[in-house]
Amino acid sequence: MEYQEITARDLASQAKAVCSDGKFNLTAMFANDERSINGCFAIYCIFAGEGIFKGLKAVLNSEERLEFSSLTPCFPAAAWYEREIHDLFGLVPIGHPDLRRLVLHENWPLGLYPLRKDFAVDMHVPEANTPYPMVSVHGAGVFEVPVGPIHAGIIEPGHFRFSQSGEQIINLDAKLFFTHRGIEKGVEGLPIELAAYRAERICGACSVSHAISYAQAIETMAHIHIPPQAEYLRVLVAELERLYNHVGDIGNLCAGVGFAVGISHGSRLKELLMRLNERLTGNRFLRGMVIPGGVSQDISPDFSREIQNTLDNLADEFVEMMGLLHDNSAFLDRVNRTGILSRHAALDLGVVGVAARASGIDSDMRRDHAYSIYKKLKFTVPVQTSGDVAARLWIRADEVEQSLQMIRQILEEMPGSQGGLKVDIPQIKPYSSGLGWSESARGSNLHWVMVGENNGIYRYVVRSASYPNWPAVTVASPGNIIPDFPLINKSFELCYACLDR
Amino acid sequence: MINILKKIIYTGIVTEKYDGGQVPASFRGEVVVDNKVCSDCQVCAMVCPTKAIIITGQEMIVNHNACIFCGRCVQHCEAQQIRHSDNYKLATLSGSLADHTGNLLAERIRDILGRSLHIRHVDVGSCNACDFEMGALSNPIYDLQQYGIDFVPSPRHADMLMVTGVVTRNLTQALLMTYEAVPNPKIVMAVGACAASGQVFGSSYAVRGAVDELVPVDIYVPGCPPRPQALLYGLLLAMDKL
Repeated sequence: MEYQEITARDLASQAKAVCSDGKFNLTAMFANDERSINGCFAIYCIFAGEGIFKGLKAVLNSEERLEFSSLTPCFPAAAWYEREIHDLFGLVPIGHPDLRRLVLHENWPLGLYPLRKDFAVDMHVPEANTPYPMVSVHGAGVFEVPVGPIHAGIIEPGHFRFSQSGEQIINLDAKLFFTHRGIEKGVEGLPIELAAYRAERICGACSVSHAISYAQAIETMAHIHIPPQAEYLRVLVAELERLYNHVGDIGNLCAGVGFAVGISHGSRLKELLMRLNERLTGNRFLRGMVIPGGVSQDISPDFSREIQNTLDNLADEFVEMMGLLHDNSAFLDRVNRTGILSRHAALDLGVVGVAARASGIDSDMRRDHAYSIYKKLKFTVPVQTSGDVAARLWIRADEVEQSLQMIRQILEEMPGSQGGLKVDIPQIKPYSSGLGWSESARGSNLHWVMVGENNGIYRYVVRSASYPNWPAVTVASPGNIIPDFPLINKSFELCYACLDR
Repeated sequence: MINILKKIIYTGIVTEKYDGGQVPASFRGEVVVDNKVCSDCQVCAMVCPTKAIIITGQEMIVNHNACIFCGRCVQHCEAQQIRHSDNYKLATLSGSLADHTGNLLAERIRDILGRSLHIRHVDVGSCNACDFEMGALSNPIYDLQQYGIDFVPSPRHADMLMVTGVVTRNLTQALLMTYEAVPNPKIVMAVGACAASGQVFGSSYAVRGAVDELVPVDIYVPGCPPRPQALLYGLLLAMDKL
């Protein structure tokens, strides 16, 4: 992929030109400390549209002021990307309306930028008490409800600050990045093969998607093609991942309305899928299958039949379970018209995946930027327009059917392992970069990798589906009553681990 | 309504007894080594992504708390002497529960907590895989409540903390405050390789390390993530109910 090189002060105007009135949308934005290569910091912007990606690379000379023109006033999707760049690199987006901290919390001192190359990964960082203001509404009768980071259920950590007037949510501010593990910094210098284990462990529920995105970024850089059987097996596990997520998430949505029968059936069917995953790959989260250069293991024809039989049974049960929701007026009353995300807001925020498709945005990386064997598979992309909890639920149900059909095609057309299962990664030209992407159960996962000397990682960037979607939760919640927030949150079903890294 | 009742009746009881589910042949469990023909190449220790293998003189020790069960050592062993067995029962006791016989403290804790155990979950930086497996314990197949164990919403109602993830800088305060809020006597379980070893993501500015670097840990459950039966094994081991 080529990047058009520009100066940092032209970033906003050039981004507008690339966008060409909405034909291309900002889909990722990140910085890189390239001072040891060319004396500069760089800010990369990746735009997606019309089936291709376009890249901008804004250069900041490290001798000059470390500033660039903010994209946020024109591209709201850039708001969090720029705050993160500001936190981790100390590059200042001029004109950004909200430069509060994002990734680093109160405990981090001012003026230390951990993703710069002159910050040693294991450097001792003193405790600090830097302000981290939350947005709240003031006025007669308005009160605040703070929730988290430790929640009542078995959920990942995040802090939510509701401004309430009675039961109505007036405003919601989210403080996230509690599980920030510094994965991008931690892999710098690691060999490609070892970094793959960490890529696979960014998130449990998106393990396969992350592993595929990472592997494809590496394979693009190395100019290699993996064996056909490996492509089929990758897509097989990717669709199995989507299946267990969607089935489990639909069950969890029932928990949001207290519908116990739905919870039980959803979690039971998910368990059957997790057990299938374990029989297939040795790990219930399908870990260990996708590796850079191919896959680690093959499946036997007998096992193909076992998969098909398991899924055939599951398909019937799933239809019955969905029937319990479709016919249930008490359930429909809770999910219809709850937590509406307008198409306009979804476009502005660059929302992806199920959340985008539920708000009338017809996008799916598997079709629009077809990778691996998705071009050969017949499938449709379900789209709804109401943008509410119900729409996100029905989209998942439709996608379960599509995934089941895709898996059937994969098992029938699998070419066999005579062409091998993996190819070796050759020495990659130092300081070349590659972009890999895949569509997880939550939306597009983009990984950008730059290698240094001897196939070691120089810079690793992960833009998960949850990244553009989290701000949408705070947009969809106001106007609803606070007891509906868990339901709205579950309908987006975002990963904290994916976002925080 | 009639459809709901029909579905419930036709599905029947799906709950399994502990140890009821089969372990598939492909499962990557305990790392087992046959030292007899080790060629002493030490490749296993070098290729391990989490530095879980330590070689001291003639002996190779696998620290299962740090193992992510990826199979890399098995693939790289020149003498082909390393394999994954199907054993997932790898939980170990430590701290106040470690001494099985005669330890008054352990007995006292089990007297108090042994009949029913209430658990609060704390995610201190997990990838959510361990969290989902904990959640699976409440599904109708494992039905955790059949053992007198349940998850509770507040640490003040809890006897035990189940901690998932490597302790991040941003969750340190939450872990310490939650631990503090649990009434005595209390026990802590470190769930999965991140919590038990802190080595999965290496060292970085954003992580503090394993859970036992901040609070005392009484049970370690290896796995990446531990399968639900491995968690059950750890819980029943702690309650002395096996």
